[in-house]
Amino acid sequence: MPRIFETPLYPYRRSPDQDARAPMRHKAVVVGAGPVGLTVALDLACHGIPVVVLDENDRVSWGSRAICFSRRTLEILDRLGCGERLVDKGVRWDRGRVFFDERQVYEFNLSSETTQRRPAFINLQQYYFEKFLVDRVHELAAEGQPIELRGGNRLTGLEASPDHLALTVETPDGPYRLEADWVIACDGPGSVVRSKLGLDFQGRVFEDNFLIADVVMHADFPTERWFWFDPPFNRGQSALLHKQPDDVWRIDLQLGWDIDREKEKLPENVIPRLKAMLGEDIEFDLEWVSIYTFQCRRMEKFRHGRVIFAGDAAHQVSPFGARGANSGVQDADNLVWKLKLVMEGAAPDHLLDSYNVERVQAADDNILNSTRSTEFITPKSDVSRLFRNAVLDLSESFAFARPLVNSGRLSVPCIHDGSPLNGPDTADLPAATRPGAPAPDAPLGNGWLLDRLGGRFQFLSIDAAAPERIEANGIAVERVGVSANDDPSGALAERWLGKARSGVYLLRPDQHVAARWTTFDAAAAEAAVKRASGQE
Amino acid sequence: MSALNTRPNIAKPDDFYAVLIALHEGRSKAESDAINARLILILANQIGDEAVLQEALAAAAGSAHVA
Repeated sequence: MPRIFETPLYPYRRSPDQDARAPMRHKAVVVGAGPVGLTVALDLACHGIPVVVLDENDRVSWGSRAICFSRRTLEILDRLGCGERLVDKGVRWDRGRVFFDERQVYEFNLSSETTQRRPAFINLQQYYFEKFLVDRVHELAAEGQPIELRGGNRLTGLEASPDHLALTVETPDGPYRLEADWVIACDGPGSVVRSKLGLDFQGRVFEDNFLIADVVMHADFPTERWFWFDPPFNRGQSALLHKQPDDVWRIDLQLGWDIDREKEKLPENVIPRLKAMLGEDIEFDLEWVSIYTFQCRRMEKFRHGRVIFAGDAAHQVSPFGARGANSGVQDADNLVWKLKLVMEGAAPDHLLDSYNVERVQAADDNILNSTRSTEFITPKSDVSRLFRNAVLDLSESFAFARPLVNSGRLSVPCIHDGSPLNGPDTADLPAATRPGAPAPDAPLGNGWLLDRLGGRFQFLSIDAAAPERIEANGIAVERVGVSANDDPSGALAERWLGKARSGVYLLRPDQHVAARWTTFDAAAAEAAVKRASGQE
Repeated sequence: MSALNTRPNIAKPDDFYAVLIALHEGRSKAESDAINARLILILANQIGDEAVLQEALAAAAGSAHVA
């Protein structure tokens, strides 16, 4: 049976566009069918906006890529109708161990969270992640939603005009042209869209090489994250072992920058390293080995007129912290509702500039965290190494040193403090739900709060009076009225009320808080809706 | 107002100084460096307060001329 990444899931088919006498015009063209492009496309289709996805391949990506998907990513995909299948297939993990030299210095437990629907993280091969999203694309298409995934379609030309983009696409049947009102570039670090526009990244903060091996072994290693600093089998560098579904284990061995990449990739060099790490008598098969180079960098701006960049096409980080694919999926979540309002004329064009502001903020946050992790994992000076080793030594005996150990700060969604879309705040409500924050989940009756939120502007009222529906400058906002009593666990009250007795929140379609009060005020609410939709 | 206490605060200064030096007796440079680094981290955690730590870092670097 062919494996999932060997199966053409969206084979090339000739499109009527290729026989059109003049280039067909589409509302939205997504370039790239990776995790980010697929999320953008699903979100557009869920909003009823026609979308064409162009991808040069016809199958999901093989090999060592993203494996660790965060709660926020799962919540976004819940909204798009495919979170459950990711969680069902994924591996949940709570425990991590940190090793230094030849010994374990400590372990940690993320502790299973029962008052949010989704776990902090699941591990899942990127090819499964993409497959489930492709399945969802096909489901929506079968339901008649205007979503089309064109495999074997490689972008080769892009010309920008004030009111549209002209694209040239290469196919097995030769090239054709099409036009788009908007192009969303999700075509990865080597983005063709970016180079066609003559754009590049700003800054190169860090460079390193990693040997990444996915090995299949039927060993009873526990489902835990193991991280080594300076282990005997990889002196002066780091190592990571992480479980994926189907008895596949991810091994990251840091190699440093100044190495012979071709030589390090040879099996006679790889296998002894892995045996030294796993134990001489452990049997394993290599599913994939690659040497991965990364850089921390981003584009200066993620929006260039009618072309919008998302995911690795716009920004890149080190693999530590699971901040690559997760941040790209959040880019999609942030972008699509804004694009919809602008396309429909319900919001001014500059609403899209807030995508740039908010996601540049998130990218900078990711790059900062990634750079700090890198400094700890690979100290740049003797003194830096002295303190790093002192922290690790102390962490064995003293709890205070453990928060200083930095083997990658795992992805948490950015809180968009200072966003131009944020409205009034009140200090009477908890900091975690301040304007700019993603809505934290909580139990609600027999379900979950987040199941009731997203896809449109909403007021969430908790033990507060508010109208069932208001309209402000053409934006309809419906109320979701709940009570702290709907959640006996108390999590809803703790996260959304704190010490206050009531709360009213304006939530954006991407489930982020836009403004909040302890009671509803019609004039203030209307002003906040205008602001959150860029109409101020 | 300064957050860092730069007034004398150690009851028996000579005794403290003697044990600090004794700690390093007979150790290699590498061992002493490691001890010092651990000591700095232990003391920093004891202080905790961000403003005090910032002033202490600046004072150690010689950029703070605190009376």
